[in-house]
Amino acid sequence: MTVEGKPLPVVRRRRGLKVTRGYRVFQAVNAVVLTVVVIVTLYPFVNVVARSFSQEAYIRAGQVNLVPRGFNLSTYKLVMADDMFWANYRNTVFYTVVATAVAIVLTTCYAYVLSKKQLRGRSALVGIAVFTMFFSGGLIPNYILVTSLGLKNSVWAIALPNAISVFNLLVMKAFFESMPVELEEAAAVDGLDTYRILWRIVLPLSKAMIATMVLFYAVAFWNSWFSAFLYMDQSDLFPVTVYLRNLIAGATGAGSVGAADADLQTAANIQAVTIVLTVVPILLVYPFVQRYFVSGVMLGAVKG
Amino acid sequence: MSVPGTLDPPRSTAEAGPPAPPRPPVVRAKRLTWRRALRRDWQLYSLALLPLLFFAVFRYLPMIGNVIAFRKFQPGGNPLGEYWVGLRYVEMFLSDSTFWNVFTNTLVLGVLTLVVCFPLPIVLALLFNELSSRRLKRFVQSVSYLPHFLSVVIIAAMVMQLLSVDGTVNQLVRAFGGEPIPFLQQPEWFRTIYVSSEAWQTVGWGTILYLAALTTIDSDLYEAARIDGASRWRQTWHVTLPGIRPTMVTLLILNIGTFMAVGFEKILLLYNPLTYPTGDVISTYLFRMGVLSNSFSYAAAIGLFEAVIGLTLVLTANLIARRAVGTSLW
Repeated sequence: MTVEGKPLPVVRRRRGLKVTRGYRVFQAVNAVVLTVVVIVTLYPFVNVVARSFSQEAYIRAGQVNLVPRGFNLSTYKLVMADDMFWANYRNTVFYTVVATAVAIVLTTCYAYVLSKKQLRGRSALVGIAVFTMFFSGGLIPNYILVTSLGLKNSVWAIALPNAISVFNLLVMKAFFESMPVELEEAAAVDGLDTYRILWRIVLPLSKAMIATMVLFYAVAFWNSWFSAFLYMDQSDLFPVTVYLRNLIAGATGAGSVGAADADLQTAANIQAVTIVLTVVPILLVYPFVQRYFVSGVMLGAVKG
Repeated sequence: MSVPGTLDPPRSTAEAGPPAPPRPPVVRAKRLTWRRALRRDWQLYSLALLPLLFFAVFRYLPMIGNVIAFRKFQPGGNPLGEYWVGLRYVEMFLSDSTFWNVFTNTLVLGVLTLVVCFPLPIVLALLFNELSSRRLKRFVQSVSYLPHFLSVVIIAAMVMQLLSVDGTVNQLVRAFGGEPIPFLQQPEWFRTIYVSSEAWQTVGWGTILYLAALTTIDSDLYEAARIDGASRWRQTWHVTLPGIRPTMVTLLILNIGTFMAVGFEKILLLYNPLTYPTGDVISTYLFRMGVLSNSFSYAAAIGLFEAVIGLTLVLTANLIARRAVGTSLW
């Protein structure tokens, strides 16, 4: 965050302009503004970590900001000793894996089909998907549908209704379209049928894209809570996001986290600990995956 | 807010057209009948079957399911309702004072979100772009994307902690000699809280597409502008901004399309009966009516109304954009 001291020579070269006084002032202001942006973005994270290691009394007194006060790990032990927390954590992992797998298979199949320009009826197939971005059945019909299909209290209530994200579909379609046609034509000449071309030629070349898609979907499913909140009645089926939601809502929602915990639920550092534990996996992978996300989104954009 | 970066899909639809592109692949351009297409590409079509089933069941069936807005629905009964009641539910919500309250709230929150959260990524992208150190630029960007990866539940929990009576914000208030404010219990604060947390979460991620667009601007244009004596500010105004205009317009249209569906999940997590006067929006109201109070038909009527407005907004925005600046989603 040592923004100010950054080299000027580079600046001089940019756009071949000599650095005017006004521009230098602007650079300084810019550095300050962006430093503020960084601080504002990171502060809530630091704060929640600080709270999670603090003693409740200091939090209540409003004395915890950047550094933990009354350092203790007892809340972590408390939360981690809660069987429900771990059950819900496992649910999150399970739901994420199943839903992502379903989503990847369906999205890949459809994106591949849509990428074939010579396919008759392709524009209709694209239209079917794209229209749903702008118009949807809405909450109530969806709720009735999932309920009448008997998907309540099963992973399918989460996986199936969200199996294809049209945005991801379009990104993937753009990727397949950018692959050289000659490869597949050569494979076809060698006698491979469409399935084998997809399986043996296209997919092995699309590992990076598929990895990106896995990330897109996995993060979305890991973070999702509303489907589970709507369609799961039993607290042992909740994902950890719903566990957290019930903590912050004082367990007033569908289902209850158990009356014995009632007085714990309002405790500020139990919340903080739960937040930290829920975010940790994302923060751990973030530095590695962020780049993929960005390039994935850009891929979709540049294609235009 | 919409997912940033939803390209412009249907354009490819247009260029694909039915078969017969007249130019290069002359050989293949022979009329492709459905029968021949099916015989040749049946394997491709077969790959589309499951996804099509998904769209049919989970996207289009619910659209049809909206008929319960005009039919009497009973939980456990026929999913499409028992008998026709005409516009009864529409009339019901049009004469419902709560509906008009949530309608207003939706508009206000939608407009505020659009006004604040649409331009911020543009400004931030321009600022990023002026950073001279690549390392620093990458660092600031990475940090700014971070909130995008969090669950809305986490965001809500963090907001509540920061704004609680013992939270950081109230410590600042106290430090300046004020009385602690119970932000989350006061309706007059809800809009500020919602919009600023939305900005916090989306602004960094929103810059990605603009940064991508910035890299595609031809550097000759800057040179030409410089030769014409344009200052840096003028270059930004006359070269950079026009260069990212298509991206701006595309994202604006998409934002306008999601305007009515303002952050349903986050509002559901953040509001409470005390903040209903400003926080309750159409989607949260219909959630309470439908799922919590079992007035499915009534809620479906409201939902349909909301969806139709959303669709109309997108279509209109798209049309205007195409006429006015020549950029559009389709």
